[in-house]
Amino acid sequence: MGVGITVKDLDAWYGTHQTLFKISLDIPANQATALIGPSGCGKSTFVRCLNRMHETNASGRVDGTVRIGAMDIYKDAAPVEIRRRVGMVFQRPNPFPTMSIYENVASGLKLNGFRNRRVLDEIVERSLKHAALWEEVKDDLRRKSGASLSGGQQQRLCIARALAVDPEVLLMDEPASALDPVSTAKIEDLIFELKSQYTIVIVTHNMQQAARVAERTGFFLSGKLVEFDVTHKIFTNPGDKRTEDYITGRFG
Amino acid sequence: MEQQLPRSNNSTTRNLVDHVATGLAVLSTILVVTPLVAIFAYLLFKGASSLNLAFFTQVPKPVGEVGGGMANAILGSGIILAIASLMGVPVGIAAGIYLAEFGRNTRFANVVRFTADVLNGVPSIVMGIAVYSLIVLPQKHFSAFSGGVALGIMMIPTITRTTEEMLVMVPNSVREAALGLGLPNWRSVLSITLRTASPGVITGCMLAFARVAGETAPLLFTAFGNSFWSTNLNQPIAALPLQIYIYAISPYDDWHRLAWAGALVLILLIVVSVALVRYVASRGTLKGAA
Ligand SMILES: Nc1ncnc2c1ncn2[C@@H]1O[C@H](COP(=O)(O)OP(=O)(O)OP(=O)(O)O)[C@@H](O)[C@H]1O
Ligand SMILES: [Mg+2]
Repeated sequence: MGVGITVKDLDAWYGTHQTLFKISLDIPANQATALIGPSGCGKSTFVRCLNRMHETNASGRVDGTVRIGAMDIYKDAAPVEIRRRVGMVFQRPNPFPTMSIYENVASGLKLNGFRNRRVLDEIVERSLKHAALWEEVKDDLRRKSGASLSGGQQQRLCIARALAVDPEVLLMDEPASALDPVSTAKIEDLIFELKSQYTIVIVTHNMQQAARVAERTGFFLSGKLVEFDVTHKIFTNPGDKRTEDYITGRFG
Repeated sequence: MEQQLPRSNNSTTRNLVDHVATGLAVLSTILVVTPLVAIFAYLLFKGASSLNLAFFTQVPKPVGEVGGGMANAILGSGIILAIASLMGVPVGIAAGIYLAEFGRNTRFANVVRFTADVLNGVPSIVMGIAVYSLIVLPQKHFSAFSGGVALGIMMIPTITRTTEEMLVMVPNSVREAALGLGLPNWRSVLSITLRTASPGVITGCMLAFARVAGETAPLLFTAFGNSFWSTNLNQPIAALPLQIYIYAISPYDDWHRLAWAGALVLILLIVVSVALVRYVASRGTLKGAA
């Protein structure tokens, strides 16, 4: 089952440059929540704060509280444990270049000590099917490297890799920006399916996509959360003038 | 008016320049390859005739007797190089990992880098003297072990610096992917980053290996050489470069021929071991792997 996420007064910096200002919001369990906003407004930084990836940057710093379920992730747990529960698909596809397709998907489990071959085979197949990649790679699972796939295929491989460790929350940073319409539709179908088991946070520049997959949508601008509401309301009757300008394309 | 790009009005000029550039590139390639081929051909010419079964099965004959071989030196070189690699490869790689993944720009890392570069420039005979005073003198005897240590230390800086360079080239997104899966940092470094860089790291190790395999000077004070069979790490041991040196400066024609044969075998052994490691390493490579 997915768990809800509660963010309270979250600030984030790169060095002395503050990129997030007092972000507070509640992300409900077993729903998809979309984050939209212009380039550079802090969407990636925000999702990276939800699994403590922000602090892997040498100059990254965070203040405020983030609760995943009952756990205060900056107080109660080690980053390694949180990242196992909160999976992530990055903005740019990043498969492990020297590993086969199979090893890429199995890596999270295998390198954490999981050894049962039969179960691994099953999980790899299921994850690749979920990510709509199975049909294209099933004959080359162990022969082809992750880097030999096309950009869109690599991104779906990364989705499969994240699903294989069975997280409770899945953070997707523009997962479909490198995909063609057919694969995009497959990913959106996948998000619908995954909602029953996971809580999903998806960053997207595509508003139709946000409208299609997400129950709730948040609009970021210059490091601040301008508006956060049910998706339908954001797109038909936004409460803030800036949101309206952005979604109608009058922004800028 | 339409703006036009300046054009070379004469396409034959362009073709000519193109041909000259290609010609120069081919010429430089030939210049680089020629000495290598020449050395190899000359070694074959001088050494091949003295290569026979005895060369690989017998130990050197005493002065005045014709025949004998370098079996003990071949084995000795193998033992010394094995000790050197067992020491130099893990230490070198570990230091490279420290510099690239942990130390980065710390003061200590800079000191390590500087030390490695200086160590790389230390003449090999000095390395022999250093190990002589550190190991041979206290133990009061020459030994295969001290020879291995001397060569092992010489391998470290090359391996360290190439490992570091190869790791730094691994894109950060690969590290992020590993951490994002909930892998501990050490796991990510060993199983993901190092593995991604492994082709380059292996090349660095082979370079270091090939370089020390032919070293004579550091062995003069450590392994010392031995005319008899010995596999005892605490005893002086024969080595190909030492044996070649002794034979080459001798006044006997028969020994000169053996020296040529020894040099040929030394080069062949280096080529074969490098090729073997490359083959083993490439067996795991996948289609389209970076
Ligand atoms: N590694 C970094 N080091 C320093 N500053 C950074 C770094 N990454 C992002 N920033 C800065 O943080 C701010 C927010 O960046 P972020 O990547 O979160 O934006 P984004 O909303 O995801 O944009 P996009 O839609 O283009 O992906 C930007 O001003 C950016 O310049
Ligand atoms: Mg982004």
